[in-house]
Amino acid sequence: MFFGAKHLNSIAAGHYKNTAGCATEVMPVPEIVKISMSQNIGAPCKPLVKKGDEVKVGQKIGDTDAFLHVPVHASVSGVVQGIETQRNAMGGYDTLVVIESDGKQEVDPSIKPPVYNDQPGFVQAVKDSGLVGLGGASFPTWLKFNPKNLGEPMTLIINGAECEPFITSDHRTMLEDTQNVIDGALEIMKWLGSEEGYIGIEDNKQDAIDKFDKLLSKQGITKLKTFPLQARYPKGAERVLIYEVTGKTCNAGVLPADLGCIVSNVTSVAFLGQYLKDGMPLISKRVTIDGDAVAKPGNVVVPIGAQIHDVIEFCGGYKAEPRKILMGGPMMGRAIFSDRMPIVKNNNAILAFTKEQSFIPEETACISCGRCHTACPFELLPTGFADAYEAKDVKRLNDLKIMQCMECGSCSYICPAHRPLAFINKLGKALVREASQK
Amino acid sequence: MTDNKNTVYYDNLAVSSSPHLVTSLDTQKTMMWVLIALAPAFLASIFYFGPRSILLTVVCMAASALFEWCYEKLLGKPITVKDLSACVTGAILAMNLPANFPVWMAIIGCFVAIVIVKMLFGGLGRNFANPAIVGRIVLLLSFTTQMTTWPLTRGNVTADAVTGATPLGLLADNAMAQAPSLKDMFLGNIGGAMGETCTIALLIGLVILIWKKIISPIIPVCYICTVFVFSLIYYAAVGSEFGALHMALFHVLAGGVVFGATFCATDYVTSPIMKYAKIAYGIGCGLVTMIIRLFCAYPEGASFAILFMNVMTPLLDMLAQNQFYGIGAAEKAAKKAAKEGKEAAKS
Repeated sequence: MFFGAKHLNSIAAGHYKNTAGCATEVMPVPEIVKISMSQNIGAPCKPLVKKGDEVKVGQKIGDTDAFLHVPVHASVSGVVQGIETQRNAMGGYDTLVVIESDGKQEVDPSIKPPVYNDQPGFVQAVKDSGLVGLGGASFPTWLKFNPKNLGEPMTLIINGAECEPFITSDHRTMLEDTQNVIDGALEIMKWLGSEEGYIGIEDNKQDAIDKFDKLLSKQGITKLKTFPLQARYPKGAERVLIYEVTGKTCNAGVLPADLGCIVSNVTSVAFLGQYLKDGMPLISKRVTIDGDAVAKPGNVVVPIGAQIHDVIEFCGGYKAEPRKILMGGPMMGRAIFSDRMPIVKNNNAILAFTKEQSFIPEETACISCGRCHTACPFELLPTGFADAYEAKDVKRLNDLKIMQCMECGSCSYICPAHRPLAFINKLGKALVREASQK
Repeated sequence: MTDNKNTVYYDNLAVSSSPHLVTSLDTQKTMMWVLIALAPAFLASIFYFGPRSILLTVVCMAASALFEWCYEKLLGKPITVKDLSACVTGAILAMNLPANFPVWMAIIGCFVAIVIVKMLFGGLGRNFANPAIVGRIVLLLSFTTQMTTWPLTRGNVTADAVTGATPLGLLADNAMAQAPSLKDMFLGNIGGAMGETCTIALLIGLVILIWKKIISPIIPVCYICTVFVFSLIYYAAVGSEFGALHMALFHVLAGGVVFGATFCATDYVTSPIMKYAKIAYGIGCGLVTMIIRLFCAYPEGASFAILFMNVMTPLLDMLAQNQFYGIGAAEKAAKKAAKEGKEAAKS
């Protein structure tokens, strides 16, 4: 990058926002939900219920004493069928609480709007809501609102970029829950002492920008503004967004709060706005269902723990045999091996692709075109990583700053030789981590 | 489990690392765009030098592809001819030859380019020098007479003269008075290698490549600007009867500078990746070209300059490898903030 460049590098990946016009539908409660106990970065929760217990909607069913965690709540009312262990998409095992729904959706009597009157109270309320970063990272949100440097000027950046292709759930949130986003944002700004807030939205969602502008000016709110971003990938990545909005450089391993920025996903903020009104913890999620194997793509509010198969069944089922199912978008989403897996809090899309759509051409020889380097938002050198990884040269990997890589996948996307560069970067990062632990 | 009777679950789906979406621009399409960008120069060569340029171009492209195919077949390697890179090499080599060049010699050039320079070093992506450039240099040194006998363009052919000198040849012979006008040089109505003469056709190709984002404009712009500025300064200092500006434009339009800057110096494999290395590479190409033209025995130096800078490429890339996000002031500030944050947390 030439210093002072206004924008970081990005790629023009196809948008495929087929479902942008699909108003959200609410999925009826399925017979069975399987609620995962590890839905956040950090420690997994321990189940608080056992087989045969009756649970109500919003009841806390998982918690732990570990520091970095958020509690888990029941999304349906019914009877606990058992505690299962299931292999997850990462290769590890998750504990799942299986609840058979009674269809009544009785709300737990303890659910009421949170009451607090100081910043620690606010943080505790956010923690109790079970909120994690809904953009995909599932970082416990309460920790974000509890920075070490509280009292310093903070800029709130609300991430409505939604740069991943296919996904439109944030877009629908911004159109349908606009007031909740504003309320949630103002509450965060109030307790963090923040005087300026921005809602970063890619300019391919002009309707959302217009709606926010209209509502904000109508209510006379000046400290919260919309911030149009280029509609390119990956403008919604946290470190890229911070640079685009504030011009500050956020390196890997540095918390945005250290730079005076709080970044929160727009759906997280919208949830918070709603939670402050009714106190219902995070038990459902708006998910984009798309891909050429799905009969009726759309946006669906799904109870946490619903199996992917049931959700797709709600969307008309499969119209062709799925070959690959992704949790999240095609650029950073995770391919899962079974459609029995449950929806977790940070799911924003389920994409079911047929063989044709999931086809990735065979790798050919690198022609040193340098597109991976010019596509990288941080101007890293993926071909250099690949060579150094092949040689298992940890020093070289460190010299090339591999730990700065955020695995956005732009290099793999743009490579004319279709090399799996982002995958090699992940392996290289694992190698560096391993070496540093020795 | 309370599976319904007819429920079909998919438990054996494909898994792979993200991203699950890739661009449709592959190596073959990239090479296709280079061929498309070469088309204006090819058409201009047919216009000025007649159908013989078609024969030479087709033979070179076919021979290059055939050599690559034979080599891979003989060694039992996967066949990569369909990525079109051999055809691009053949086409670029052909554009570097005089239109009346013997066909069998051109095939030798293709053999050198494809087998010796490219395949023996490991095929596409592994060669250290531009195959077409080395092919041309080998032909120039082996068949100097044929390589420097330039046919006249169709407008200039007379009963007693079918060949003539290039503008740079005239300059080297101190015969600038006979040199063609800048307009003729811009339109390509001059002697020279069949693809190099028509500057306007080459510029169309350059615009196509930059517009389709096949190449970055840094190398061609730096190369051409360096040639212009260097000759401007040189002739301003030395003095010339035509004036420094005329001579600077003359050097840009004459010989292989525009062709080399567009199609040879920008070869992915043998040019740097890093931005600052690209700038240094382009400037280096321009400087070496002008030094050879002005101070050495050869009238033209573009191909030698590009070969020289090809060899420098790994070094330039290594020197430029510190241009990352976060290096410099911003990183220091972030480190400081992190440190202060830690201290604050401790106290």
